[in-house]
Amino acid sequence: MTFTYILLISSQVLKCIACGDLVGWVPSMSFIDRRIYGVCLCNYISMTKLARGTRKLEERNQTNAVRRLCNITMEAMSEIAEATLRELRETFRSGRTRSVAWRKTQLSALRELIRDNEEKIFEGLYQDLGKHPIEAYRDEVGVLIKSINYALSNLDKWVATKKGKLPLLLFPARGELVPEPLGVVLIFASWNYPISLALEPVIGAIAAGNTVVLKPSDQSPACSSIIAKTIPQYMDPKAIRIIEGGAQISEILLQHKWDKIFFTGSPQVGRAVMTAAAKHLTPVTLELGGKCPVILDSLSNPSDLKVAIKRIVSGKWGPCSGQACIGVDYMLVEEKFAPTVIELLKKTIKKFYTESPKDANCIARIVNKKHFQRVQNLLKEPLVEASIVHGGSLDEEKLFIEPIVLLNPPLDSAIMNEEIFGPLLPVITLKNIQESIEFINTRPKPLTIYAFTKDENFKKKILSETSSGGVTFNDVLIQFICDTLPFGGVGSSGFGRYHGKFSFDTFSHEKAVFQGGFFPELEPRYPPWNNFKMKFIRLAYDLDYFGLVLLLLGLKRY
Amino acid sequence: MAAKSGFDGEAAAALVKDLRASFASSKTRSYQWRVSQLKALLKLATDHEAEIVDALSSDLSKPEFETIVYEIGMLKSACKLAIKQLKSWMKPETAKTSMTTFPSSAEIVSEPLGVILIISAWNYPFLLSLDPVVGAIAAGNAVVLKPSELAPATSSLLAKLLGEYMDSSSVRVVEGAVAETSALLEQKWDKICYTGNGRVGRIVMASAAKHLTPVLLELGGKCPVVVDSGINLQVASRRIIAGKWGCNNGQACVSPDHIITTKEFATKLVDALKSELDNFYGKNPLQSKDLSRIVNSNHYDRLTKLLDEDKISGKVIHGGERDKNNLRIAPTILLDVPQDSLIMQEEIFGPLLPIITVDKIEDSFDLITSGTKPLAAYLFTNNQKLKDHFVGNVSAGGLLINDTTLHLAVPTLPFGGVGESGMGAYHGKFSFEAFSHKKAVVYRGFFGDAAVRYPPYTKGKLTLMKALVGGSLLGIIRALFGWSEA
Repeated sequence: MTFTYILLISSQVLKCIACGDLVGWVPSMSFIDRRIYGVCLCNYISMTKLARGTRKLEERNQTNAVRRLCNITMEAMSEIAEATLRELRETFRSGRTRSVAWRKTQLSALRELIRDNEEKIFEGLYQDLGKHPIEAYRDEVGVLIKSINYALSNLDKWVATKKGKLPLLLFPARGELVPEPLGVVLIFASWNYPISLALEPVIGAIAAGNTVVLKPSDQSPACSSIIAKTIPQYMDPKAIRIIEGGAQISEILLQHKWDKIFFTGSPQVGRAVMTAAAKHLTPVTLELGGKCPVILDSLSNPSDLKVAIKRIVSGKWGPCSGQACIGVDYMLVEEKFAPTVIELLKKTIKKFYTESPKDANCIARIVNKKHFQRVQNLLKEPLVEASIVHGGSLDEEKLFIEPIVLLNPPLDSAIMNEEIFGPLLPVITLKNIQESIEFINTRPKPLTIYAFTKDENFKKKILSETSSGGVTFNDVLIQFICDTLPFGGVGSSGFGRYHGKFSFDTFSHEKAVFQGGFFPELEPRYPPWNNFKMKFIRLAYDLDYFGLVLLLLGLKRY
Repeated sequence: MAAKSGFDGEAAAALVKDLRASFASSKTRSYQWRVSQLKALLKLATDHEAEIVDALSSDLSKPEFETIVYEIGMLKSACKLAIKQLKSWMKPETAKTSMTTFPSSAEIVSEPLGVILIISAWNYPFLLSLDPVVGAIAAGNAVVLKPSELAPATSSLLAKLLGEYMDSSSVRVVEGAVAETSALLEQKWDKICYTGNGRVGRIVMASAAKHLTPVLLELGGKCPVVVDSGINLQVASRRIIAGKWGCNNGQACVSPDHIITTKEFATKLVDALKSELDNFYGKNPLQSKDLSRIVNSNHYDRLTKLLDEDKISGKVIHGGERDKNNLRIAPTILLDVPQDSLIMQEEIFGPLLPIITVDKIEDSFDLITSGTKPLAAYLFTNNQKLKDHFVGNVSAGGLLINDTTLHLAVPTLPFGGVGESGMGAYHGKFSFEAFSHKKAVVYRGFFGDAAVRYPPYTKGKLTLMKALVGGSLLGIIRALFGWSEA
């Protein structure tokens, strides 16, 4: 009975919202149980559709209805968030997610989900970002499968208790480090890798035995809805939940207490997330971005240079058309070397993306109009526009920007101070490539520094004198797929790290466990204090066992 | 070196600027600098033992023994360990690389974060100030230390001694209270380490959020002690007493806050505790030289308020004597206090020890897990099953079985909280890591460039990519020859 009722109402809501006709329906809202409305929202419609409906109402000047709808929606979403959190907490308390078997089943299920829905994911990524299936496989599907495989084959090792060596004095006590799950974790994903940046942290959270709420980005709606639809089919619905939506739902989620928040996105939102987390003393991992430089030393061997340029081009335009946190942001080269580099860049771009990149289907598009305009604005400064040496065609309708290379745009321009996050590559020339260290150090710490050089001293200097999330020599992006390396920023590029075992650690608390017996008893630990006890403790701290024996035998003065 | 009055935002900004310049000069990164500073710290603690004992005696009437053991002794062993192991800590870790990225090599390099702010607490004003400094220096950072104004003698001694012994271009002390701390918190730091309570912890983290600064929060919580029957009662009660009253008279973040035991065992336990308390502190504990006093009258009033609540009058079964003039409260045991009493709602942080009774000892775990996560939880038992259950289900910063507070002295165990008891951990190598950034470094040559990575994209490339990701050698060969599986 109730079920039919829910279905009836939900289909009505869906219909009304889809066509933007809420006027007739909203006034009757008070008669409807808001919980049911919440269920409808959660299960049948996405917030984006709701937003579209709201916009249509706004266009018709029905502000009261809009306000009312918004209020009711927010209330319902609040309730959903609360109910979800309650349920996940209960699941966590039941202890089910702590079992290694459960974790493995969930990870395998996730792998199956990805394999079964590969085509759908490719489609979703094409819809949201125009990603070619190869790029989609390389950066999203493949990366995830690799990570799940790695987690599955190492999980037993990760969950194992580690020994903490104790001093002989405490014999026969044992010290241990026991990793334990944190509880209910909240993951915010971003739109540029809407599948991999959403599910990669989920792998870590599950491997560590937590329950999870994942909020995919609403700016990549197709992928968001694929995740929301498939996850409940494959994974434990009482432990892993997807909540779709935009900034409003994020705000609601952030009001609640979580045991960990994992955020991928921009520094501005990162600050808001951390501020909200502070209220509940919730630890956070912030995966932000920054301007990742590539230093190109004057390579003397032409074939090395060719390889370097190929890699740089693929590091700029390959990952989601430059919309990637570890994508190359700008390039540093020596003045005299610049003309050669520019020529090679042009040649390689043509080779990879043909004379007409728009039709080559090998570069992703800009995610949406807002970002398109942002990137477009970077180019609008006259001095910046004048520095373009390659490309420059923008197609607002298709949201496509072809590869653009700029030579020495002014250093105080927006393009050299904001993270570009788009297909523009400024090339900055320096008198001497060694100056690149100072150039980088006067700017916020980037997520990655790329450097192409054969000069070992220069490598050492880069390593020890600059600071960044990571450094990759003579290649781009590959640090992202090394499970043995921590991935994460420092300073304005974020803090905390994940991938492989580090993901597991990020979502675990390493509990110190000390197991002692009742025997033997060290008398000098207890008051009343006297000189003998003082001497004993002094020797104990120095771990001077010989002295201790003498003292106990009465052969040492105190 | 110490800035005292008139330390405002401007002064704080200037201070940070100085230290940033010093850090930028790379001086603090060198192994020599780090070791020289650690040795200076060790020398400071060795040379001035008497002065430190005096300062703590003035701030807290802390017994000399406690100061030497817990404050000076632990700091010295932290310094010695760091000096001994620094080389190995600083060494880059090699990381294995995968077939997909062959040929390449990778390592994880520990690098200093930059300029660190350490805000310390009053209860172990020497150790809790300098122990994090050891980690920050070992990791190669510049440091500002703000000792607690509630332990003024130690605070000014630290300012004086650090000024004399340490490299003042990179290690500074700022003395002060709320205004000075706020001025410091406005600045951008590369890490903030705060020891104290959850309320201020929230403020610290919120101000850190403005600059995206990571934080290490060492907070407290109500650390429970679960006592099972069938144990060596004398040893257990002595260890509980050593952790409770022997640690700054209960004013320690890892001190046992309350005991949970079974109804039938409670009386036996109380008897044992009483008789050992007499052995340790005599018949008149208010006069004992082996107990610290309450830090100040605010805290004295807070504690007496807990004791004077109507709900728990009549629950005091041992102690309860107090001396307002000398800020002393005798070791006090309360039996069967209700869960909704004030004393069970907040961290006690003083010499009061309530005992909660349950029907079955297993019930105690539910009691613990239903509350916020404590910094430490203790269990006394000989029952292996109970131990396993405890380790598997009770979440706390650290767990000790058959002892109290001892994990603090073990540098191979991380010391830190979880949930309400804080985030991040330190001690031993964990201190070094708490103040380091783990930089991922990949080395590649120009050789071994696979066309599969680059556009234009083809079907064959996808197959090869799948094989590479799958890591199956056969698959890769098949794909290279164009024998697709699909």
